[in-house]
Amino acid sequence: MQNNPPTYWPQGTVYGALLNFKKEWNLRAPQMNDAPHKGAPKAPVLFIKTANTFTASGHKIAIPANVPEVDVGANLAWVFGPDARVVSCVLVNDVSIPHESYYRPPVKFKCVDGFLGVGAMAKPIAEVQTDAMVLSVKVNGQTVQSVNYAETVRASHMLLADISEFMTFQAGDVLLLGSDCLPDGKRPRAKAGDVVEISAPGFESLVNHFVGATA
Amino acid sequence: MKHARIAWAGAVHEAVESNGELLLTRSPWAGKRLKFEEVVWLPPLVPVPQARTVLALGLNYADHAKELAFKAPEEPLVFVKGEASLIGHKALTRRPHGVTYMHYECELAVVIGRTAKQVKKENAYDYVGGYTVANDYAIRDYLENWYRPNFRVKNRDTCTPIGPWLVDAKDIHEVYGSPMNLNLQTTVNGKVTQSGHTRDMIFDVPTLIEYFSAFMTLQPGDLILTGTPDGVVNCDAGDVIVTSIEGVGDLINTLGE
Repeated sequence: MQNNPPTYWPQGTVYGALLNFKKEWNLRAPQMNDAPHKGAPKAPVLFIKTANTFTASGHKIAIPANVPEVDVGANLAWVFGPDARVVSCVLVNDVSIPHESYYRPPVKFKCVDGFLGVGAMAKPIAEVQTDAMVLSVKVNGQTVQSVNYAETVRASHMLLADISEFMTFQAGDVLLLGSDCLPDGKRPRAKAGDVVEISAPGFESLVNHFVGATA
Repeated sequence: MKHARIAWAGAVHEAVESNGELLLTRSPWAGKRLKFEEVVWLPPLVPVPQARTVLALGLNYADHAKELAFKAPEEPLVFVKGEASLIGHKALTRRPHGVTYMHYECELAVVIGRTAKQVKKENAYDYVGGYTVANDYAIRDYLENWYRPNFRVKNRDTCTPIGPWLVDAKDIHEVYGSPMNLNLQTTVNGKVTQSGHTRDMIFDVPTLIEYFSAFMTLQPGDLILTGTPDGVVNCDAGDVIVTSIEGVGDLINTLGE
């Protein structure tokens, strides 16, 4: 008899990495020296998805009333155990209100209630070749994006090393390894009524229904 | 009442301030009195079931915004910190070797007392559990204009001392009327380098609670670090920095290499 593993739920702080795919980096590179940035980022650019954003797979994500569409940010995420070691891998959807500027921290765009879809399955890291993973994003059953972790700016271990220079991951913490953009620099979008599915070989798919805000 | 969380005799304990001493409040040491010098001070925050949300304000005092050559923001400039950056009173904060500008930031920290969702300003104080002092260190050498202030500046291990006390909100409200009526001061090796007043915040505590809770539900134990006034200076290894807020506490920190 096979025991089903327990449903995964984030136990620690969830960090994410911005601009970790070459496509988005290269699209933005010509403007990186302009104001207000005045230079390409040197250290990894990070953000936090606060606990109010966590939404289990199969549950609804509400889009705020004044927002027509949201960005879908399909990510492979590492989960940390003791001694800042990576123990497992999960699929997440880093939902954002679309924002062009990366100058100021994106709290009001990324920390909205419900804005992180969390896959139910944490796959032991020994069973995952992180930098060879390909995620598939479907909106209402149509494939809209393929996210290939061979195309990152910082491969997973390099990203971890560069972050670890200044902070230490605690047991339960999570690191989103990056979400890719489409050829036009935008991310796939979802609106109320859409069903978004993020899948990867060997993982249970992450599915969330997007709905309008309730009054 | 002033609450502390301490390590003593091989374990972590809850305590309250009582006549200049710590009074342990839980079994098996309930009633035991300890001197302040006998214990290790931890952040005065009880553990929470999910990741604690730690919000911090930038440029929330007009004079500090001017000091840094920014015009005052039109909406709160907020960033998020991980709980792992917090350490307690009388702790050692690591100053990386070779940096040129590391400065303290004395900040009133609001600790949320009950679940806050779409709270209106008028009711905001009902959602505050208490207040404490935070020192939100920054290392300006690492500033980059990407999601600024970036994590390498603001989310470093040991770089957010907090404490010593969690002071019940009602104590501050009764004595001072509100948390917007408190003097702040920082000393470096005994010399006053920063002084300000919470009434000079651009976005006051009720405004911040209304702003955040409009889109993000805050839980008990979540923190809002409300920004720092004018007067930040570079500090070096060995310096003792005391960030003080009237009625809330004197938070002592030492820089080490």
